[in-house]
Amino acid sequence: MISPRRILAIMKKELLQLRRDRMTFGMVIMIPLVQLLLFGYAINTDIRHIPAGLVDQSRTGLSRALAQMVEATQVVDFTHVYATPEEAEKALTVSEVRAVLIIPPDLLSRAVRSPSIGAAPPPATDMPAARPVAQWIVDGSDTMIAAGIRGLRGMPLGELFRKSVNTPVPTFEVALFYNPEQRSEVNIVPGLVGIILTMTMIMFTSAAIVRESERGNMEMLINTPVRPIELMVGKVIPYLLIGLVQVAIILGLGYVLFDVAVQGSLWVLFVVTLAFIGASLSLGLVLSTIAKNQLQAMQMTVFVLLPSILLSGFMFPFDGMPVPAQWLAQFLPATHFMLMIRGVVLRDAALMDMADGLIWLGAFTLVGLIVASLRFRKRLD
Amino acid sequence: MTGTVVETRGLTRRFGDKTAVDHVDLRIAPGEIYGFLGPNGSGKTTLMRMMTGLLTPSEGSATVLGTDLPGNAEPLKQAIGYMTQNFSHYRDLTVRENLGFVGNIYGVPRRDLSARIDELLVTYDLVGQADQRVGGMSGGQRQKMALAAAVLHRPKLLFLDEPTSAVDPETRRNFWEQLFDLVDEGASIIVSTHFMDEAERCHRIAILERGVKRIDGAPPALMRDLPAQVVEVTGRDMRGAKARLDPAPEVLSTAQIGARLRVLLRPDLDRPEAVVRTILGAREDVSAEQVDPNLEDVFVAATTPELAA
Repeated sequence: MISPRRILAIMKKELLQLRRDRMTFGMVIMIPLVQLLLFGYAINTDIRHIPAGLVDQSRTGLSRALAQMVEATQVVDFTHVYATPEEAEKALTVSEVRAVLIIPPDLLSRAVRSPSIGAAPPPATDMPAARPVAQWIVDGSDTMIAAGIRGLRGMPLGELFRKSVNTPVPTFEVALFYNPEQRSEVNIVPGLVGIILTMTMIMFTSAAIVRESERGNMEMLINTPVRPIELMVGKVIPYLLIGLVQVAIILGLGYVLFDVAVQGSLWVLFVVTLAFIGASLSLGLVLSTIAKNQLQAMQMTVFVLLPSILLSGFMFPFDGMPVPAQWLAQFLPATHFMLMIRGVVLRDAALMDMADGLIWLGAFTLVGLIVASLRFRKRLD
Repeated sequence: MTGTVVETRGLTRRFGDKTAVDHVDLRIAPGEIYGFLGPNGSGKTTLMRMMTGLLTPSEGSATVLGTDLPGNAEPLKQAIGYMTQNFSHYRDLTVRENLGFVGNIYGVPRRDLSARIDELLVTYDLVGQADQRVGGMSGGQRQKMALAAAVLHRPKLLFLDEPTSAVDPETRRNFWEQLFDLVDEGASIIVSTHFMDEAERCHRIAILERGVKRIDGAPPALMRDLPAQVVEVTGRDMRGAKARLDPAPEVLSTAQIGARLRVLLRPDLDRPEAVVRTILGAREDVSAEQVDPNLEDVFVAATTPELAA
């Protein structure tokens, strides 16, 4: 028979120990706080103010106007000016700048023939074909920066000649739902809930069983009538509460600082988060029964945390990953959670729409608890 | 109970190619303090762990309070108390919190629990420390708390693994007073020790060496039936005397205790003190006299290979 009283006794003991462990208690509050501020402000996928160089071989009013127009887009800042393209390439090699704009001496004649000026009829066969007015050389190793510069390719030139811009009709019309201003925070704040919970929940519980052995309490515990499942459940529940506190901190601050409001119902949010916390905790418990000491437990936590950050869809879109990686990511509770929390916070998704993910997390929790209980032996041999 | 609380039959435990406990047969009667006497590494802890189901025997079996081992040891846990060799309660909890935890785990009736804890705090002289964290207490206070925790649920059988190894002599004496009180209340106690004076307080003891039970019985009987005679030699240059005595065929073993030398001799000798004098030769500064065996002599005799045979 599972005794609720024994579970309660273990819960109470865990909470007492937690309250007296100032460091851990502080981490409960500080980790979500610091990480939210850090990531919320730092992670930005909008490319702005890339340091760039300028090689102006034209040296005309027109070339200066062109450079100013480019700078006005805010994508780049011309921090350096070079005399020759060779010099500019060297600067690129030593990462002085990430991109260089080379304006050729014949800027004016190129500009005149450019179709983007709009007035010219299709060039006659005896005329040289229109060529781009200037060239970018870019440090393409960072794909985000490269994409930012590539975005400048089709920049309209009409303004250069104080001429109204001949706006082309776009091929597609794009309506941006849920995040029309394209702010990264909107995607990052709910995602952070998943990452921070993965980190703290697995970290706390992965040390839970090991700590009992390391501090010598295990020999006493296994001599009592306590059942492994009681021990596991009793150790998980206090952290369940802590996880909910952390979620409240992240989403509360996310609203105050980053203006990311929860669109969905709080009740749905509660269920989804609880399912995820449960899954993370039981994963932590399984790790705890494998680890021989707290250091190993910590290493295993990192082993789970890194894929949770990189593969769950927090950093990179899940759908863009290769299929084997997606398949692997399916095993991580964070992947399912990422989808659901963004659904609730941003799109007001209903509980029934996320049944798959919830069932998966529930099953994960149950299997984890059972595996941890089976692995935990009340024997020394 | 049927006259025995513990019975072991050829109980053996190997770790790799090392045999920690080697075919030990024991019968322990209820209402006794039964001591395991032996040096470190003699298998005392392993033996206890097998009796509580913590370790599975490699060979042999045991019956503890009617539960057969190896087997499901869980029902047994409720009936026994175990005090581990190293302090194993929570150092960041107070005495009262620790006892409350143990009480809840063992399912001590809720309405009795706080009264029972108060009673134990008085019995074990911990009233002043009740709300102090265990980590800041002295070794003796921790030991008392551990004993209080082990007896909280009124176990029928109590295992104490070197309970006083880190405790001063006065605390040790009080501790034993409390053990006798527990026996009076009907408990049986199995205690391991490497102190002779503690072993002498036990109703019965078993002397263990390298996993083998050399001898068992009540301490007075063991001393009376010692298969050797004891002569105590006093005087100067005891190292030299020991060097001369050790090779003699009549001498079984010698042990120096301060300025005295305890010599065990074969039991069939007449006037053993004269034999000792003869071996030592004419030395005026040395006196030899036959004395009653003590438990240490029993221990030495039991662990001397030629005598044990």
